[in-house]
Amino acid sequence: METIIILHIILVFMIIGSIITVEIKNMLSAVISVGAVGFALSLAFLFLEAPDIAITQVIVEVLALVILIRATINVDNVAIEKREHILSDRTALIFVGMILVFAWFAFRSLPPFGEPSMRVSQYYLTHGLREVGATNFVTSVILDYRGYDTLGEAIVLFTSISGSFAILRRLKKEQHKDFLRIDREH
Amino acid sequence: MTLYFLDFVLLVIGIYALVAKRHVVKKILGVAIMEYSVNFFLILIGFREAGVAPILTKDMDMATFIKTAVDPLPQALVLTSIVIGLGTLALMVSIAIRLYERYGTFDMHEINRLRG
Amino acid sequence: MEKHIGMTPIVKMITRIICGPMLVFGAYIVLYGHITPGGGFPGGVMVALAYILITLAYGRVVVESKVSGIAASVVDDIGALIFWSVGMIGLFIGGNFLLNFLEKGEPFHLLSAGTLIINNIAITLKVGMCLYAIFLALAILQRVVIEKPKEEEE
Repeated sequence: METIIILHIILVFMIIGSIITVEIKNMLSAVISVGAVGFALSLAFLFLEAPDIAITQVIVEVLALVILIRATINVDNVAIEKREHILSDRTALIFVGMILVFAWFAFRSLPPFGEPSMRVSQYYLTHGLREVGATNFVTSVILDYRGYDTLGEAIVLFTSISGSFAILRRLKKEQHKDFLRIDREH
Repeated sequence: MTLYFLDFVLLVIGIYALVAKRHVVKKILGVAIMEYSVNFFLILIGFREAGVAPILTKDMDMATFIKTAVDPLPQALVLTSIVIGLGTLALMVSIAIRLYERYGTFDMHEINRLRG
Repeated sequence: MEKHIGMTPIVKMITRIICGPMLVFGAYIVLYGHITPGGGFPGGVMVALAYILITLAYGRVVVESKVSGIAASVVDDIGALIFWSVGMIGLFIGGNFLLNFLEKGEPFHLLSAGTLIINNIAITLKVGMCLYAIFLALAILQRVVIEKPKEEEE
């Protein structure tokens, strides 16, 4: 029961933090408040009995903050104020409200909080110690029972780094030409 | 139930930032918020009332551990998903930096206008 | 010239003290990943963070002479290759890809759980060096963004 109350408090804090993130003018403040949301999330993982995820979330959040601050530190920090299409804002809000209403009905078919349907996991918990020999069952699921997932994760990371290098690589002369072309078009 | 709903509110805030904001970095932050929400939802589904973490210690009995441990499968999936999220975040940030270099602004409408 | 690279001497000194324990703690998290909370993913990110801390404190030029972006990419690929070849050895020995073909050993010991330690180390190399290489690619760009207003003046 205490866990549920604590989780409500953390979730309300996260919602406030993300509203600040979306609506604040200064971009650096927005990045810092999304960091606050991430750290609150890792606290919630700790209360949900998932220490593996909590450790990972803390460390990853630090690195994500470094990368995001790198994106916003050297450029102009002014948020974009002009709102030409006031209609598009309202349309987005209406659709978001509709999503929430339908979600409220959809949640009834989910298993209630605190009683998971553990069809596969019961097998992992029962036979994991004998078949794999690891006492950390999360690691045994990641690396032994579902090793394909981890292999796919390695491929996704490789793709993302290849994409980063391909996007950020430059040819100096061509870039200069591009700038000249944009200036002419103005 | 209310926990699921509050978590879904978080997802919806991310969708709103992705759709209605014009700043590229705001869109990226919206994707990050959506990712937090989905990870949290998966862990919430796997939680068991008065459960223990799925890590066996020496003074723990195996039979009671099997009855009380929380679901290890969503935790494994989320552990992978967090690191992948970091990789895609870096990719999106590099695209945003490249856009800024090329067009000199982060405004999506302005970028669309300049391209034409 | 040496003074102007990187941050102030205070940050450099703290980095020099902190980096060793960070790497050791990352290695501990990885090696005991199958017994206690942890594993290849948080350990790898922690190793990457140690390198990134050195990069931020001492400047890009100093670090790139030690570990260049190409070396990081090569280590990254070696990690993926180790993971793949462990899976292939399992395929040839037991007929299943990613089979746990080593001795299981006793629980609660470091050398237990068969191939899990090797896979954890491979994932550490993979994740850590991949994130470090992404950060290097982002940091190389820094001077261009600063130079950009000058080109507009011309």
